[in-house]
Amino acid sequence: MLKAFLAAAAALFISAAVHYGLKNVLDYLGQPQISFTLFAIVFIWALFQRPVWTRTGTLLAMTGITLTLGIMLLDKNFAHNLLKPDNAPIFLMIFFFSFFLWISMWQAHNNDRRMEEMLPPEEKETSNQKTWVWPDLVYIEFICMIIWTVVLVVWSLVIPAPLEEPANPGNTPNPSKAPWYFLGLQELLVYFDPWMAGVVLPSIIIFGLMAIPYIDVNPKGNGYYSFKDRRLAILTFCIGFFVMWDYMIVLGTILRGPGWNYFGPFEEWNPHKVVAANNVNLSELVWIKTLYPIGNALNIDWLKQGVPDVGPNYADPGNWLKLLKKEFLGILLLGFYFLVLPVILAKTKLKNFYERLGMGRYAVAIFLFLVMAIVPIKMYLRWTIALKYIFASPWINF
Amino acid sequence: MAQAQQENDAGKQPSQREQAIAQLKADGVWKAPLDRRKFITTAAAGWVIFAAAFGGLSAILAAFMAPRLDFTKAQKFRAGVPDEYSNDSVSEQFKNTEKVWIVRTTEKILAISTVCTHLGCTPNWSENEMKFKCPCHGSGFYGPRPGVEPGVNFEGPAPTPLPRFKITLADDGQLTVDKSQMFFKEKGEWSNPESFVAV
Repeated sequence: MLKAFLAAAAALFISAAVHYGLKNVLDYLGQPQISFTLFAIVFIWALFQRPVWTRTGTLLAMTGITLTLGIMLLDKNFAHNLLKPDNAPIFLMIFFFSFFLWISMWQAHNNDRRMEEMLPPEEKETSNQKTWVWPDLVYIEFICMIIWTVVLVVWSLVIPAPLEEPANPGNTPNPSKAPWYFLGLQELLVYFDPWMAGVVLPSIIIFGLMAIPYIDVNPKGNGYYSFKDRRLAILTFCIGFFVMWDYMIVLGTILRGPGWNYFGPFEEWNPHKVVAANNVNLSELVWIKTLYPIGNALNIDWLKQGVPDVGPNYADPGNWLKLLKKEFLGILLLGFYFLVLPVILAKTKLKNFYERLGMGRYAVAIFLFLVMAIVPIKMYLRWTIALKYIFASPWINF
Repeated sequence: MAQAQQENDAGKQPSQREQAIAQLKADGVWKAPLDRRKFITTAAAGWVIFAAAFGGLSAILAAFMAPRLDFTKAQKFRAGVPDEYSNDSVSEQFKNTEKVWIVRTTEKILAISTVCTHLGCTPNWSENEMKFKCPCHGSGFYGPRPGVEPGVNFEGPAPTPLPRFKITLADDGQLTVDKSQMFFKEKGEWSNPESFVAV
């Protein structure tokens, strides 16, 4: 089944490449909605595949990525965009993250295999061996420090910092990009209100990471690597960090051009590219796109009123009622998602999880999960139905 | 010897001070004298309060002594006569200095703020597409074209339209823009006659 599907996908890809040209097909596949989905599926699938995380598997994968990048760099547009001095850390990031992910997943899968063979984890065998902090560990750290100092000095000499003329608020460079490590947040700002994407979500990320030791009560995996024993934790981290945070950095760096429009890897950055980026609030979808035609068909005037016009004067309680009326579906949906869904899950699908964690821990954990999940949900809603805000008000937009 | 002394003391009549203390204790108004720890904390707290009050007063005095100079730029500027602007055009001549676009439609002349309502970048005016396009996150605002209000957000993440500044026609026939007064569409202020000059 899977093989047939993969064969069909490969056949489709090859015939499309022959018909439209390989570069055009890759430009098409690079669109955020497609490449994000593909990357998420392939990455999560790969986490479960033991052969991927062996030495040969990862070496082959990394060689494949490097070769593909190298061949893509033969294209002048791709090389022009990717070889900017700002993007040097992106290369480092891709290779370092791959390396560190490999080193832990390799040991984890290795231990899983050993446990299937009823052997203790690898760490058990070496746990009685001892080594000195001084001089053994400190020497390694010292050598690392020297090497990195040399690397940074050489880097700053070989690739000069991309400094520009003094800032002028009247002249915004196009595209205007944040430092590379913030490009994921900048991409997030396209889908969320600035207060959400710039303040609330980053704070929740930081406090959520701080809360992990208090939420995670699973004693398995203490002192040894294992994927099987800690699937939920590892998957959550990998989806949050690699699929969402890092992929959005790569997306913001390579695939976003002037006007923050999508540009394929081989596309020239044309500042006059016109992309339909219109988006509408949920209230407009409800009152204009849904209720109005229904009212028209059934001849009910009340349904044909369009989006309720909320005046600017909020000292008048009538305006609050109008806002509630205008945004009723968004309020219901968000209320269901954040307040009702956790209760339903605790009673059904996540019953064991709830009983293991207890009320307080479960509440915090499920809130963090739901906040993490609403980010891709909102991104897909933007990509599919051009949704702007589920709930829009003069103060808070979500 | 010491024991004898004690016995002697016990047998002695209480002194006048001891009698007074006993009386106070009996009346229920006796307070133990300040011990060392309490004295130090009280004194420290007192000093902190005193220093804060004195420092605050000194700061107020210093602020009073400082010359009152206002380096804020004038909020009003002259923007030439209406005929300088052609129909359905955007003038960028005050973008750098005043952060204002002078926009003329077939009906009115407007002074539109150049600060994106999403996160505060300066959008670029794009004549070909007739829109203001922000390079930071891709917000787009209408330019002066028939059937739409210039400055209304229509694409990307910007939550509200670009605000307008007060613009009036002075006695000498020149346009005067007053940036101290803004008009927001979401507050229903764009119908205010001070927010545009009819042509």
